[in-house]
Amino acid sequence: MTTKTLLLAALLAGISLPATVLAQEANPDASIRIGSLYEPQNLDNTAGAGQGINEAFNGNVYEALFQLTDAGAVEPKLVDSYEASEDGLTYTFKLKPGVTFHSGDPLTAADVKYSIERVTAEASKSSRKKSLSTITGIETPDDQTVVITLSARSISLPYNLSYVWIVNDAATDITATEDGTGPYTLGEWRRGSALALERNDAYWGDAPTNGEVIYTYFTDATALNNALLTNAVDIITSVQSPDSLAQFQGNSPYTVTEGASTTKEILAYNDRVAPFDNVKVRKALARATDKARLLNSIWGEYGTLIGSFVPPTDPWYVDLTSVDAYDVDSAKALLAEAGYPDGFEFTLDTPDYDPHPIVAQFLQSEYAKIGVKVNINIITANEWYTKVYQAHDFQATLQEHVNHRDIVFYGNPDFYWGYNNPEVVKLIADSESAATEAEQTEKLTEANKLIAEDAASNWLYLYPQIVVSATNVTGYPVNGLNSQFYAYDIQKSE
Amino acid sequence: MLLRLLPGDPANALLGVGATEQQIAAARAQVGSDQPLAVQFVSFLGNIARLDLGTSFVSRASVLEEIGNRMSVTLPLTFMGFFIALILAVPLGILAAVRSEKWYGTAISVISQLGIAIPVFWVGILLVTLFSINLRWLPSGGFPLKGWANFGEAITGMILPALTIGLVMGASLLRYVRAATLDVLGSDYLRTARALGASFPEALIRHGLRNGAVPVISILGIELASTFLGAVVIERVFSLPGLGSMLLLAIQQRDYPNVQGVLFISTLLVLLIGFAADIAQRLIDPRLRSTGSARE
Repeated sequence: MTTKTLLLAALLAGISLPATVLAQEANPDASIRIGSLYEPQNLDNTAGAGQGINEAFNGNVYEALFQLTDAGAVEPKLVDSYEASEDGLTYTFKLKPGVTFHSGDPLTAADVKYSIERVTAEASKSSRKKSLSTITGIETPDDQTVVITLSARSISLPYNLSYVWIVNDAATDITATEDGTGPYTLGEWRRGSALALERNDAYWGDAPTNGEVIYTYFTDATALNNALLTNAVDIITSVQSPDSLAQFQGNSPYTVTEGASTTKEILAYNDRVAPFDNVKVRKALARATDKARLLNSIWGEYGTLIGSFVPPTDPWYVDLTSVDAYDVDSAKALLAEAGYPDGFEFTLDTPDYDPHPIVAQFLQSEYAKIGVKVNINIITANEWYTKVYQAHDFQATLQEHVNHRDIVFYGNPDFYWGYNNPEVVKLIADSESAATEAEQTEKLTEANKLIAEDAASNWLYLYPQIVVSATNVTGYPVNGLNSQFYAYDIQKSE
Repeated sequence: MLLRLLPGDPANALLGVGATEQQIAAARAQVGSDQPLAVQFVSFLGNIARLDLGTSFVSRASVLEEIGNRMSVTLPLTFMGFFIALILAVPLGILAAVRSEKWYGTAISVISQLGIAIPVFWVGILLVTLFSINLRWLPSGGFPLKGWANFGEAITGMILPALTIGLVMGASLLRYVRAATLDVLGSDYLRTARALGASFPEALIRHGLRNGAVPVISILGIELASTFLGAVVIERVFSLPGLGSMLLLAIQQRDYPNVQGVLFISTLLVLLIGFAADIAQRLIDPRLRSTGSARE
């Protein structure tokens, strides 16, 4: 339509021109349609609902005492103020006044106690359970005060509490319904398809800048991209392959954003068994891996190289990419020193989903150059869990680790990769009982350097975090999206 | 039963990296995967007898209720696909037989052969590329949140997947229709009808259709059942929340109640379709009815 016919149409319809201009502004009642690959299995994050429920509900439907911002900082949310005792073993939290649940019940200290105990309970499937194990008691002297006592100092307590949803203690059946305090309430939910969040007009804080949010779930990455191309969704939260990016790049109706990711692709050795119990062998394999080429062949210009398990957004990050940098000759020399001048053979348990099979083939050809033969054994995610994670019955495996601040896994000698350096174990334990964040950071930085020197695992690369949206949509989060997707600041102009 | 021989444990779907030994043991106790296989099987049989399909390990939702929801997608999809296949295959099949010596008769046969050879997901992808991405006429997939309450959106979302099923199923059906028609064309009764003065189309419609339909219907029953079961692939390509995608996810997660429930209901349906095809054959062909009663 030409400008002239537009003008004519506007005149005929009796619309004045400023109205057409106004239409470009954000619609406060817009429906934001988000396409995602992570469908929640149920609505309770302590009942094995998976990553999807965090994406949909964290900060949107449920809130916690603290909240992790998009920039990675821990900020008070439902807490008005708090203080720790001198010895760091008692924390007293004052709750924000005037907060109500979606059912209308007021937020009380009893709800907080109930919610924390839900996560630490015997039947809880929460992956945060262990990190809260230092909690020995929760007292509620009055409705607005919660006192938590610990068996040992825990500098990460506020951080860990940011993953504990505050749920109404009177709520029932929260695997299929909700009763949180967040800016959205659960609307329609169709398993296998979509889930809607509606603006909570009784919200205690700032109102969302949109009317509703609809998460539509896809099992197939191509179908997800098609949905954005055909305007069936406004945003896709995770682009799975760079091939599909080509259709959005330089294509004016779309915005491509790369944020900070925490998802690490790693080659984890079983450090308990030969030959991987030998640090020289591990270092040799690290040096024989051309990670820049691997990342480039999978992600093109996206993604980040990492020299250890710590992503740049964790406070204890240091650039360790120069440790065991790519050098085939020194890899061969190290192998010979370790007693394997002719190389060796090992089985690589490879999960059957992207990008692991491609990475496995890449490593197979890389290691052939130093005489190491890789037998690729493709397994399902479920098998991986039984065989590798539980039974430790493996030589080496590929896995993506999604969380931030998860360097602490290297402080647990019983973890699946079996890395056991008493110095690291001590540093990680001490970091948790540190009196200040500076001390915690110092100890974990030290641990970070040690695991890199030990080549505890082979950290291949950090996934890129790519969000693609239609250009009329703004205000969405871009960082660390494995654990949340705050929807309340998203705006859409129509 | 066989599924349980696969490695993996349903408890795994509930837990993530970071789970402790106690959490794993608790999850196993909750889903019952720590019980002997025989015990699990007997309790399953007992529940089936009461039409209690249990609750999913993973979602904690009632299996029967969830199957009901998924059926509201898969059943209409199957029948729409089936309908499209019929309206394509019957006239074209007859035409291909009657005009088998003309160029277009041969062309229809060749194209249908091609239709059989192409994998169904490929047809789906081609249709999406053409009608959704390039022409923007139809959605590329998905099902509205409100389901059939949002009828317009639901039905437009069904068109491409149903067309995919219809084209692929129609291609193989066409060949049966063509073969059955060729049989009829060479038959004595048709020649007799023509000799008695009926025009060719008249004879074909009055005597040919009925006779030709008998073998076609038994094939139809089988095709319908296999379409229903084959919806898995189509539902995945078009992101439809049907029975197929439910089964696929349940197998990945070793969610046995869901797997057993879907298989049980699907088997029931396939038996029902077979039964309906038998009845239809008897209604059309009186000879089948009389043999049936003669045996009694």
